[in-house]
This record gives sequence, structure tokens and C-alpha cells, in this order.
Amino acid sequence: MPDHSSNSNEVDIEFRNATKRFENVVAVDDVSLSVERGAFFSFLGPSGCGKTTSLRLIAGFDQPSEGDVFISGASVVGIPPHKRPVNMVFQQYALFPHMDVAENIGYGLRQRSPKPDRQDITRRVDETLEMVRLSGYGKRRVWELSGGQQQRVALARALINHPTCLLLDEPLAALDRKLRREMQIELQTLQRDVGITFILVTHDQEEALSMSDRICIMREGRIVQSGSPRELYDEPLNRYVADFVGKTNFFDGEIIEARDSAITLKSESGQVLVGVQPKKAAPLVNGSRACVAVRPEMISINAADKNVGDDSIALHGEVMNRIFLGEHSEYLVATVEYGEVMVLSPKSVENSNRSFAPGDRVSLSWRPESVLVLGDT
Amino acid sequence: MRIYAIAVFLFLYVPIGIIVLFSFNAGRHASELRGLSIQWYGKALSNPFVGDAFTTSLIVALSVAVLSSLMGTAAALALQRLKGSLRVLFDGLIYISVMIPGIVIGIATLVALVTVFDFLNPILASLWPEGVKPPKLHMGYASVIAAHTLFTMSLVIILVRARIAGMDRALIEASMDLYATPWRTFYQVTLPQIYPAILAGFLLSFTFSFDDFIISFFVAGANTTLPIYIFSSIRRGITPEVNAIGTMVLAVSLILLMTAQFLLRSRVNR
Ligand SMILES: Nc1ncnc2c1ncn2[C@@H]1O[C@H](COP(=O)(O)OP(=O)(O)OP(=O)(O)O)[C@@H](O)[C@H]1O
Ligand SMILES: [Mg+2]
Repeated sequence: MPDHSSNSNEVDIEFRNATKRFENVVAVDDVSLSVERGAFFSFLGPSGCGKTTSLRLIAGFDQPSEGDVFISGASVVGIPPHKRPVNMVFQQYALFPHMDVAENIGYGLRQRSPKPDRQDITRRVDETLEMVRLSGYGKRRVWELSGGQQQRVALARALINHPTCLLLDEPLAALDRKLRREMQIELQTLQRDVGITFILVTHDQEEALSMSDRICIMREGRIVQSGSPRELYDEPLNRYVADFVGKTNFFDGEIIEARDSAITLKSESGQVLVGVQPKKAAPLVNGSRACVAVRPEMISINAADKNVGDDSIALHGEVMNRIFLGEHSEYLVATVEYGEVMVLSPKSVENSNRSFAPGDRVSLSWRPESVLVLGDT
Repeated sequence: MRIYAIAVFLFLYVPIGIIVLFSFNAGRHASELRGLSIQWYGKALSNPFVGDAFTTSLIVALSVAVLSSLMGTAAALALQRLKGSLRVLFDGLIYISVMIPGIVIGIATLVALVTVFDFLNPILASLWPEGVKPPKLHMGYASVIAAHTLFTMSLVIILVRARIAGMDRALIEASMDLYATPWRTFYQVTLPQIYPAILAGFLLSFTFSFDDFIISFFVAGANTTLPIYIFSSIRRGITPEVNAIGTMVLAVSLILLMTAQFLLRSRVNR
């Protein structure tokens, strides 16, 4: 008996230099990655960056033009979808319209040989319906269900087969905001309960950040960076990632001094900016262009006349807009030096200090050791 | 404009109305109406020639419908996978074969078959052992069925293609993803999605073949289909009996056509 139990480092899905070419586009370009068994993994990227194609390489709807794809350690290149131990939840659900809910969910079991007997199928369909909180809906027609219910049927139809890995292609894109939030939580709980590897495709960074253990950020078919949500947020390797994950202010400049990871930039207006380079990023050289990335919550906002500490970098400007977000206030400040800058100010500071209204003159400051200097690629 | 439209409709439907009306004529002449009766329907149905012609037509039409829906569906599915210029070529050929007038199909099939038969018959005769009568190829059921199928198959292809195009491709992928083999995917997912189009194609093919006179006239050989029978009996004068036959054919055709229309209207995903 092979031991399937608790080796958490076991690799479930692996790409080795996988490339997928269509007539004149390279949809997936030399991608290598591995996904651990039981992980919640996300592909994140803008439209057309090759997320769906990556998923289809795992499901078997497309075959790599070059390279290799492995499931549980075995190469699956050339193996048709119906012989692969993974299941997919489609973006528009793709429920069979000529079957009722129970028939849809039992579909995968009925294809097995030997076919499980009728009572067995019925029992497992009922269990799965209960798992997705749709008990009693078995006899409904699928088109009578709401979007959220259809989505749960699609999930049940895949999960009933106990796949080693579940593939989800933007499963929540068709749902409204509130329902999407609920389903995100449900999916996460479900994934922990069943212990199956989930691979999610999304272009919604918030969704990826809140749900996944690991995220792989793609651009034009290539992986830009992969890591835990924390890593991606705290240590983006370049401007693209920082821009994609969370909100960021970028201040461009030319590098005038690069000592180890401490970098000094000079902006076009002549201001000197400093910051540190992420540990894993490719080293930056003197004279090249780069930017300082400052998250809105790292900036403190003060009245223009107030003195800030010596080692802080200060910009001056005028408040253009303030949005009250409950726990935070979001300011848009037009600075003399860099144009619009976004600032997130927590409620505690708002209360003890003072809050600002449009038209107020303010100064913005941050501590240089807490900001990153990033290259463009 | 309105008067013009009314005139056109009158021109189209009044003759048909008259035929239906006169088929219920109690008198023996087609030209004067003497009370209503269904006696001519009885006469027509008990006429052995009508019976034979009807059977022939039924055999031909059923064969045509079965053959063209099978081959047409298979062709439509295969064409769906075709890409580029080859697909454009086949699409063009299919539409052309629907637009070609029946008389051209009739003559062309006749000429083609006669040429092939003339070529093959001596060869067959020489191949057969001495003293045994060799088979002789000639016009008959097979030639009418072939000529009709040529035309109706294109109809089925067009109908089924339209249905496949309206179908969600993800359904097929979902089925494959859920461990169904290609064959099981076909009869569990594809077929239930496209069968209304196939059935409609079947009914249209049947109606076309059952009503067709022109093509049959050229290639039916010694067989008499119902339209051919009607044509030949009209030459002996129009009788209420012919009207009765015409009315029955009309009724059957209309029912089949309306059923086909209904099937085609049913929504793709329901
Ligand atoms: N079957 C195909 N034939 C040709 N090109 C394709 C095919 N499938 C995908 N592509 C191309 O490959 C690229 C990646 O497509 P893919 O569907 O993987 O993007 P995606 O990241 O899923 O985008 P989206 O967020 O819009 O779904 C695109 O440029 C797309 O046009
Ligand atoms: Mg996609």
C-alpha cells in the first residue's frame, strides 16, 4: 500500500517548462511550477495571460506544445481528459440542461466501470448535496436554480468523484459581490474539509489573496512571481506584481546609488528617494530606472506645518478627496512633487489626530526602510 | 400594396382550397360541386394502384429520411471539426446542393446512373459463371432513394450544424472531464442536445421525398410513387379521387412540416 497519509510536501501537479502555442499566440510560455497536495493554489493575472490555458493543460483539454505536465508524479501528456483524476468547475458551470440536479451530480459516478449500483449513487449524491447545502434539490431542473445554487451544483458534480485535484476557472465571476464573498468563504471551508488540492483561476486579486495558500502571478503566458499572499504583498519582485497585488503608489526615478539592497533614487524633480530592494529580485544597477513602491497604509498624513522626523521622506500637497471606509479613511492627495498619491489612514489615527477635508494643505511622510525599490520587470 | 398581397395569397391558396373542397364532392365530375361526401376518400383508399403507389412512396420516403438523417448528422459532426478553407468549400457545396433545382438533380442523376450501369452491366455479365443469369443494374428503389438523399442530406446537415453551433461547447468538455469516453459523451450529451434538429431533418426529408415528383420521375424506373401516379392519372382527367389523394398528401405534409418547425423552435438548452 502506498502511503497517502500525511506527507504534506508531496507534489500533486507539476509543470516542467510547459509551453502551449496556438497558431500565432504563445498562451503559456515555458512555465515551471509545482503545487503541493492539499494546497489552495491560484493563478492570478489579467485577461488573456494564459490562466485558463494552464488549467486546460492540467484537465487535458489542451496538450502542451513543449514541456511536460505531471499529475501525482506521472506525466499526463497525451492522456485524454476522461482518463485524468482531476475535475473542473467551469466558468459558466456547464451543467447538463437535459438532466436534473441529481443526475448532473451523479454523472461522473455513472461513467465509472464497474458502474456503482443505483442505491450507492443515490446515497452519494444525497451526501454531496448535503455537503453543498442543497439537500432536497435533487429533482430540480438546473435552469430553475439561482446563480449561487448552480455554482454549488457544479462544485458537487466535481467533488463527488473525489478528484486528487479540483480545477476552478473563475468559478465566482458570474456571482454578485455579496454572494461571491459568501462563496469564497464556503469554498475555503470546503477545501479544508475535503483536503483536496484546489487550483483556482481568477483575475480578482482580492479573491486570490484572501483564499489561497500560494498564488502564481502571470503575464503574457509567463510566471512573474509565485509565493504566499504575504510574500507577494510584502515583497513583490517588480512593479507589475506590486501593481497587481493591492494598491500601491509608485514614485519613479533614476538610481544614483545602489549599495547592497539599499537603493537611492533621484526623481525628475530632483528629490532623493531611498528604499530597499526585495531580497529575491534581480539586482539593480546605477543609472537604471526604477521606482519606489509605497503602500497607501505606510504613508502618514499630517498638517502641512507639522514637523516630521528627520529620516522620513516628506511630500507636500493638498487633499483632493476623502473616502470614509469605516476602519480607514482613504485620501487622494495632489502633491507638488509627484501628482496624485493615495493614503490610507486608520481610524485610531483619525480620532487622536485630526482628519482632513478636501482643500486642506498636508504633508505626507513614510519611513524609507519600510518601502521597496522595484524594477519594471 | 395590400391588394397586391391579397391577390398573391388568393392565387396561391385558392387552387389548393378548391382541391380540398372538391375532394369532398358527392358528384362524379371534378368541375361541379354536388353536395359533400367522403366517398372519394373511400374509393381512393381502396384503389389497388393508389395503394401500391402509396406503399412505394412510403418505402422511398422512409428510407430517404433514415439515410439522410444518419448521414447528415454524421457529416455535420465531422464538418464541425473542419477548419479553414476546406470548411468554406464544404459549406458552399452543401448550400449549392440545396439550391440546385430538382430537375437538374433528376437529369444529372439519371445520366450518371445510366452511364455507370452501362459500364458495369457488361462487366458483371462477364464475371458471372456461364449459364447463371447475371444481375443487371437498373433504375429502381435504390436510384430514387439515392437521388432524394443527395438533396435531403444537405438539409439535415444545415439544420444539425445550426444546432451544434448554438450548443455550449463546455458541455462536451464537462462530460469528458467527468470520465465519459468520447462515445458516451456523444450519446449522453451531444445527442440529447441536437436530437430536435435531427428529428426535424428526418421529418423534412420524409416530406420532401414523399411529395417529390420531378426527381422521382427521372430516376424511379418502373416504380410508381404517389406523385407519379397522380400525374399519370391527371392525364386521364381530373377526378375527385385525385383531389382526395392530393388532400391526404397535403394534410400529412402539413402536419410533418409543422412538427419540424415546432422542433426547430424549441430552445437549444431546454
Ligand atoms: N483555442 C485557442 N486558439 C487560439 N488562441 C487561443 C485559444 N485559447 C486561448 N488562446 C489565446 O491564448 C491566450 C491566453 O488565453 P487564456 O484563455 O488562457 O487567457 P485567460 O488568462 O484565461 O484570460 P481570461 O481572464 O480573459 O479568461 C489569449 O491570447 C487567447 O487569445
Ligand atoms: Mg480564462
